[in-house]
Amino acid sequence: MSNNDLKVRVWRGSQEGEFVEYLVPRNPNQTVLDVVTYIQRKLDPTLSYRFACRVGMCGSCAMTVNGVARWTCRTHVSKILQGNSLEIAPLNNLPVIKDLATDMREFFNKWKGAVGFFKGDKTRYDDFTKVQPNSEERQLADAGIECIGCGVCYASCEVVESRPNYLGPAALNRAWTLTNDVRDVQQLERMTAVAGDAGCHACHSQGSCTEACPKAIAPTASIAGLKKLVARAAVRGSKWGKL
Amino acid sequence: MSEGVLQAKLWYAQRISAMVLGLCVAIHLGIIFYAIRGGLTAQEILGRTQGNMLFAIFYEIFVIACFVHAPIGMANILQETFPKSGLAKPIAWLLALLILILGTTSVIGVFTGGAI
Repeated sequence: MSNNDLKVRVWRGSQEGEFVEYLVPRNPNQTVLDVVTYIQRKLDPTLSYRFACRVGMCGSCAMTVNGVARWTCRTHVSKILQGNSLEIAPLNNLPVIKDLATDMREFFNKWKGAVGFFKGDKTRYDDFTKVQPNSEERQLADAGIECIGCGVCYASCEVVESRPNYLGPAALNRAWTLTNDVRDVQQLERMTAVAGDAGCHACHSQGSCTEACPKAIAPTASIAGLKKLVARAAVRGSKWGKL
Repeated sequence: MSEGVLQAKLWYAQRISAMVLGLCVAIHLGIIFYAIRGGLTAQEILGRTQGNMLFAIFYEIFVIACFVHAPIGMANILQETFPKSGLAKPIAWLLALLILILGTTSVIGVFTGGAI
């Protein structure tokens, strides 16, 4: 061990488990994912974690590092180091399968629950729908469209923590982008699905999702958009009908 | 009506009542600053409020806005804090009725000067 070594506490186990400390040599430009990979390759091959692209495209390496949910591949150790120790845990608000890998089924099922998928009514024989890039709907959809489903917002959300049936920021953000997709034909079903306390109206607007999102998306703003749209549709009706 | 749609309507009601409350609280504070210029006595207050229909209407609107706004918020807090207790609805209704009855009684009280 050199004085330069990092003291890394890593969650081992599933729902029940404990933090185990490893000593990892410091390297320049080292990312948290490098640290986890070092532990698995050199110190303990039984460590389970998930990653794929290593460059912030796939969204699979998110973990809780020093208490904050982040992409480990895009987090430099030097930026977040407290003294010379790191604490790496699985994402919050999701069941842990083993060590740093969480079961994300519920997270993605909630996207389905929020009708977070596209359905059009055109066939291959129809002409393309023309969507102006500067139209209001397109601009609103653009603001949230870059989500890659990493689960960082979901793990950072206090409402998900207190209301396990809450759809969560990622699913609602997706619902909002589709609400602004003029080609989609499931608007009423989607609004019904995201209405109320299991959906957008449970959001406290605390903004933890927005603060944590590595893609700088603002799910809080998307949810605020849904709240207004859906409540209006319930009371006064919308261009697609009344809820 | 689905539970979600009902909650969306309640949210809307809470938003609208919040707007009314914002205005009412501002006017209410203004009235307080105005009213305490020369000291604060029951006689002085009743002298201004008794028989003043504008005053009564304003404060009844204030009471109704509270009646709508506070119980919805209370129900939300209870539902999130004690999700399985079933307390949210009964306590919210109790609070709603208390606000409406006590609020309206006091508006009538200062309007009539306690004659009823």
